[in-house]
Amino acid sequence: MSDIADRVKKIVVEHLDVEEDKVTETASFIDDLGADSLDTVELVMAFEEEFGIEIPDDAAETIQTFGDAVKFITEAS
Amino acid sequence: MFDLTGKNALITGASGGIGGEIAKALHAAGATVGLSGTRVEPLEALAAELGERAHVLPCNLSEKDSVEALPKAAAEAMGSVDILVNNAGITRDNLFMRMSDDEWDSVLNVNLTSTMRLCKGVLRPMMKARWGRIINISSIVGATGNPGQGNYAASKAGVVGMSKSLAYEVASRGITVNCVAPGFIATAMTDKLTDDQKEKINVQIPAARMGSPEEIAAAVLYLASPEAGYTTGATVHVNGGMAML
Repeated sequence: MSDIADRVKKIVVEHLDVEEDKVTETASFIDDLGADSLDTVELVMAFEEEFGIEIPDDAAETIQTFGDAVKFITEAS
Repeated sequence: MFDLTGKNALITGASGGIGGEIAKALHAAGATVGLSGTRVEPLEALAAELGERAHVLPCNLSEKDSVEALPKAAAEAMGSVDILVNNAGITRDNLFMRMSDDEWDSVLNVNLTSTMRLCKGVLRPMMKARWGRIINISSIVGATGNPGQGNYAASKAGVVGMSKSLAYEVASRGITVNCVAPGFIATAMTDKLTDDQKEKINVQIPAARMGSPEEIAAAVLYLASPEAGYTTGATVHVNGGMAML
């Protein structure tokens, strides 16, 4: 697993208080990991900070799963 | 009674009668205050009176860029914005049938839209800190209506609905959003009224007098305090019983 994926996973595990093995490629933050809509906003904020990137609102809406997040961040950074 | 030591508060309209008293009350409770307004001179005078822990942050709330820059400027000056008091407001009174688009737009823009933008601007760090206090100053007329103030009443009712919606969204993050709705308050604006006009107003108020800016500031101080952590989405009516809501 890439360095980016590790860092994203760490944020998700900490923020949503979930088991690491639940955070799979297709795991949806809301449907599978128990996030509410505000949690997803906070996750995006945490990603922005960790990776020093800016994630615009319309892009943030497309980040639904762990895999989406890793893909977006990999492309952006 | 309430201790705001270590908290940083941004107050808009701090050059006015009510805003100035709000700033003084929060400052007296130990907060660092960011004094915002369009007129720099009264803000400088207030800052000088308060001494330490006071910053002057001029802002024209009718300009979008100026509004969006304010939370950043406040955070730079004070380190953070833990308490936001949206107190600034304008009136452009006219009979509904004569009200121009410009009169409508300018009041809604300053009273409601800039309040929304400032709330948005301070939320991110408040969410991270898991603590925040937003206090929006509404008005009795937002609940009761007032002839000649269709625009102002709409903006002040809008502030209440917006605050409640935001309160729902961020309550789980330790951020409270409340309104204070003043009735008739004695300020420079009401000083201009004749004794006869004042008398007519006073008979409509069970307390038989106008309120003081200090009495509004006291409600704001409570809502800004750690003790008010379970109060959110509320509107505190401070109107001498004029409308019991």
